[in-house]
Amino acid sequence: MQPGIYIHIPFCISKCHYCNFYSVTSREYVPDFLESLFKEMAMYRDQFETFDTLYIGGGTPSVLPAEHLEELIQRIGNTFDLLPDSEITLEANPGDLDATYLTALRKTGINRLNIGVQSFDDAVLSLLGRRHTGTEALAAMEASRTAGFDNIGIDLIYCVPGQDMHGWMKTLDQALNFNPEHLSCYQLTLEPETPLGMIYRKGTAGLPDEEREYDFFIKTSEKLEDAGYIHYEVSNFARNGTFASRHNQKYWDHTPYLGLGPSAHSFKKNKRWWNHSSLPAYIHDIEQGKTPVEEAEVLTDDQLRLEALSLGLRTKKGINCIDFNMKYHVDLLTEKKEIIAKLKDGGLVDIQNGSLSPTRYGLAVADSLSLI
Amino acid sequence: MMKNIRNFSIIAHIDHGKSTLADRMIQYTGVIDERSFKNQILDDMDIERERGITIKSQAITLPYRAKDGNVYILNLIDTPGHVDFSYEVSRSLASCEGVLLLIDAAQGVQAQTVANLYMAMEHDLEIIPIINKIDLPSADVEQVMEQIDSQLGLDPYGSLACSAKQGTGIEEILEAIVQKIPPPKGDSESPLASLIFDAKYDPFRGTIIYCRIFDGIVKSGDIIRFMHNETTYKVEEVGRFLLTRQKKEQLSAGDVGYIIAGVKTVSDVNIGDTITLDRNPCHTPLPGFKEAKPVVFASVYPIASDDYEDLAVALEKYKLNDASFSYQKDSSVALGQGFRCGFLGLLHLDIVQERLEREYNLSIILSVPSVRYRFTLNSGNVVDIDNPSYYPDPMTIAVSEEPYIRATMMFPERYLGAVMKLCREKRGDNSALNYPSPGRAELIFEMPLAEVIYDFYDQLKTITQGYGSFDYDMIDYRESDLVLLDILVNGDKVDALAQMVHRDRARTRGLHACERLKEEIPRQMFKIAIQGAIGNQIISRTTISPFRKDVTAKCYGGDITRKRKLLEKQKKGKKRMKMIGSVAIPQSAFVAILKSDQT
Ligand SMILES: Nc1nc2c(ncn2[C@@H]2O[C@H](COP(=O)(O)OP(=O)(O)O)[C@@H](O)[C@H]2O)c(=O)[nH]1
Ligand code: SF4
Repeated sequence: MQPGIYIHIPFCISKCHYCNFYSVTSREYVPDFLESLFKEMAMYRDQFETFDTLYIGGGTPSVLPAEHLEELIQRIGNTFDLLPDSEITLEANPGDLDATYLTALRKTGINRLNIGVQSFDDAVLSLLGRRHTGTEALAAMEASRTAGFDNIGIDLIYCVPGQDMHGWMKTLDQALNFNPEHLSCYQLTLEPETPLGMIYRKGTAGLPDEEREYDFFIKTSEKLEDAGYIHYEVSNFARNGTFASRHNQKYWDHTPYLGLGPSAHSFKKNKRWWNHSSLPAYIHDIEQGKTPVEEAEVLTDDQLRLEALSLGLRTKKGINCIDFNMKYHVDLLTEKKEIIAKLKDGGLVDIQNGSLSPTRYGLAVADSLSLI
Repeated sequence: MMKNIRNFSIIAHIDHGKSTLADRMIQYTGVIDERSFKNQILDDMDIERERGITIKSQAITLPYRAKDGNVYILNLIDTPGHVDFSYEVSRSLASCEGVLLLIDAAQGVQAQTVANLYMAMEHDLEIIPIINKIDLPSADVEQVMEQIDSQLGLDPYGSLACSAKQGTGIEEILEAIVQKIPPPKGDSESPLASLIFDAKYDPFRGTIIYCRIFDGIVKSGDIIRFMHNETTYKVEEVGRFLLTRQKKEQLSAGDVGYIIAGVKTVSDVNIGDTITLDRNPCHTPLPGFKEAKPVVFASVYPIASDDYEDLAVALEKYKLNDASFSYQKDSSVALGQGFRCGFLGLLHLDIVQERLEREYNLSIILSVPSVRYRFTLNSGNVVDIDNPSYYPDPMTIAVSEEPYIRATMMFPERYLGAVMKLCREKRGDNSALNYPSPGRAELIFEMPLAEVIYDFYDQLKTITQGYGSFDYDMIDYRESDLVLLDILVNGDKVDALAQMVHRDRARTRGLHACERLKEEIPRQMFKIAIQGAIGNQIISRTTISPFRKDVTAKCYGGDITRKRKLLEKQKKGKKRMKMIGSVAIPQSAFVAILKSDQT
């Protein structure tokens, strides 16, 4: 597999209440940012050559006019080798997706849309602080289809305070109705420094307990798999194998990736580095001719092994124990025989053809699986 | 000159300012200058400071020029403050003629104030009440004076007030020590009689013996004899404790100081033993000697079996400075290679565990502590067993016996009913009740040691609201109906969790062990069954249900580092647990199953 490239567009119209991604609501810096981004790209010309996935995320990339996105993609193509059949994803806010914009997007080379719907329930949307309604979301999805996008992913959030199972199932039904190629269902994570995180602490009334979280997780998996989707990663579902996100897969199997823009992470070989989560710091460094890297780490073998285990056990494919042994010199099936047998008895993992893979119930405890 | 010597201790409720006052007196008498003055010299171990108790006695000599123009030698002897070390305290107090009873002016008389007072009274010491912290806005000296009168039965007008923190009233205290505490009695012409109240290991000089000379003289070159041990040594050096050791020509009756005599380890010395001269011994040893024998036994295992050698080295080093600690090799099916260790009590055990972990950077597991039982087998052989792993085949046991103690408790009379009840619950027997002074009850009970070691003292403190003091002597072994209580985790016997218990106690202990393990063992990905069993009979059971959801939703955007760091942290936590089969059992579980619910 070739490396992937990620571009972080750090702008949003307004800040959602649960969000801890880096973005600013003023678009004053857009021109400076783009200029810096292009310079940053050039700085990596010698380290990366070919890519076969591009993911434009953020932030809200759909706040940029289509021309900007087009130019961005062209620049990438001019600087590196972006293979012809590359997966090119744009994260989009339903509020931005009207017919004109979508038609323009079609010409940019973007071939996959990931729409941040989150919910069709207006009460949930307003609690989350989203700037669109459920109806608008549905309209944006339909418009995307009409414009000709044939690989559409929908992001949804569950375990929102006050949300009951019935409401969540209704949201899933509405999503399924549309027959999207891809679905991401994220359990709401209450990040402490966000408005929602400050209001709802663990144990606050109205928040689901572990049993409820488990119910939501399992029911979601059951419902979507019954509808024919593959639950291929903890939070991700694909209508069939070809629609699993090729780009995200790279994060999970230590394929190299280059991240550009503020707060973006990159990985190559055994090194990971990430940019400043600050637009001014990012722009400033680049003006000085430096890469805008905030920190870099070189991973030890132990760290790589732990990551490989934890990331692998978050995917349905699981871990190929023979490959794992060759790479990390741990024979899981022998060294962890006893506990793996126990997990298998408990219905948490399967072992097939030398692969150790989590079941649906195993995915629900994937964090602990990686600590065996 | 004996009339210029004063030997004393400071006793106080925790935090009432004992260490601060000691520092102040050291400063005032100028033993050390300001620059080299380190706070709280007297407690020199971290753990002591954190636990707020002084584990081992130390001593310091303060030369003081009094208002009468004479220079007095004030020997301050520090005392530990827990029943595991009550014997050491008693030897320190036996070396004194008086005590300063320190009381916080804002908090007034507290439980330990009373318990400590009782102890000082037993040694017939002159008691000077000191009201400390008078600088505090909340200080109420009048009220404390009233308490000294009514609760302690002491003359409040004999008390002094000070602020150890600000250094006010220190001179008055020093004057009172000179005027009120009697000088030591004794005769330098008589044969040497010297009491050992502490011993410390010095890597260059061997054992430093801390002692109080009652009669006679000792000097370098003398051949001394430890009367209990019946060993002899040649004295290399004697001296006093100033900031550092200060060599002297000789120590004579009334002095407090040290003797260095080529004694290799502290285990060669018994606290409370009498030192005399080999060629001219004293007639009888000084009274009150007891051998500080380990009474609680537990096995220590490294969490990572690679650490076994390191543990062996650490124990060897630790032992150099702790005569009451003993150990030998041991192994467990569940926990691998380790050591069986003997302790004075559970606090002693806690302290050893903490020091091994902190000072030697080891992660260790302790098995469930036990007392030493005695079995007479059908063959007529008698075996002493403190390790449940060696519990004899029940078919071969003719008689089982367990150790008994005589417990002496002192507390204000109003708690009598509650204390009696507690002692009965602990299978206490043959009680005796005295009233050494009005309102103060002394209750004596004979009880199985096994009932006492775990948390009896904590319970006693709770029901007497802290006013109870407790001490005990071993008396004998008595016949008892014992059984081996096994603990099974997911069907596997865990030998390190087994206990020898009285049959009547087995069921409650079994239930209790299951409950405590349920609290201590974190939930895991699968169900954990915990069972208590006697032989093949299951007497208690519980299950720890698995957790079902722990996964974080997002692991994308390439920020894998944050997630990994969390996992690394959890992994480190898990390293401090012992894997038994596939179940991770935390260190705390092993000791916890003995502690009662209140503690
Ligand atoms: N205000 C005030 N605080 C004091 C005085 N003496 C001691 N303290 C404080 O009380 C606390 C306990 O003192 P310490 O000497 O460690 O008590 P110990 O536990 O009896 O040894 C410390 O924080 C001291 O600083 C005093 O005279 N006045
Ligand atoms: S649109 Fe996305 S990046 Fe922007 S604030 Fe909302 S969640 Fe965060």
